[in-house]
Amino acid sequence: MATGQELQVQQKRELEKKEEATVPARVFLPTADIYETPEALTVILEMPGVEKENIEVHVERDTLKVEGQLDLSKYQGLVPLYTEYNIGHYSRSFRLSNKIDQNRISAELKDGVLSLTLPKAEEARPRAIQIN
Amino acid sequence: MMTSFGDPFNTLLNLQRALEAQIASNWLQDQTTSQGPFPPVNVFRQGDDILAIIELPGVDKAELQVQAKENTIRISGKKAAKYPDGISVHRRERTFGEFDRTLTLPVRLNPDGIKAEYRDGILALFLPRAEQDKPRSIAIA
Repeated sequence: MATGQELQVQQKRELEKKEEATVPARVFLPTADIYETPEALTVILEMPGVEKENIEVHVERDTLKVEGQLDLSKYQGLVPLYTEYNIGHYSRSFRLSNKIDQNRISAELKDGVLSLTLPKAEEARPRAIQIN
Repeated sequence: MMTSFGDPFNTLLNLQRALEAQIASNWLQDQTTSQGPFPPVNVFRQGDDILAIIELPGVDKAELQVQAKENTIRISGKKAAKYPDGISVHRRERTFGEFDRTLTLPVRLNPDGIKAEYRDGILALFLPRAEQDKPRSIAIA
């Protein structure tokens, strides 16, 4: 993307759940980028305000699920004067189309951005075939 | 740089958005240079003072500037993508670019007491009210 371009505010999308939650807190979908290299699939999620300890990542039956809980106690005692964005927990799941080596998944959180590296299983990697 | 597919509709849409943003901007008003509504800001009151909480995920602390003057705060910087070469992109929702925003507050600030903290993609600005701006109780004789 052109770097000189001005940034626009992205409206947060709310997670649509089949069941209703017992806690009336709102849950949003983190903004995501996904790219693939020959070795791995990388998923990058923006979850501003979520601390490292409050992030859970699961891979189960080809579904990647990421949940981030916001520490709402920091907002206690504050009186809102002017607001432009809403706050809430984050949750998003993706169906993986590649075979993933689940034991080697790594995650890194920096400046509110979670980067997940999902290495492809050995048999799923592309192989160059020699033609004789 | 990421590989992307050139789309004439996207180009047009971007231009239209840019024009729209300029129409809505208050460029001719008596203010410091402010461009666009990014980043989004929430303003809270904490006792006598003001706390601004700004969502800015993925911005390097070194690329973030905060300036204060009387009753205005300017937040500017750059949000850059750091992706390796030779990747194939499946999904791209995050946006990158430069931002420059000025907030004008209805109260005077004590510029020496302003504290800024950037953690986990959140910029928190603690803006103390200037002493001469605080309300005074008047004793009734």
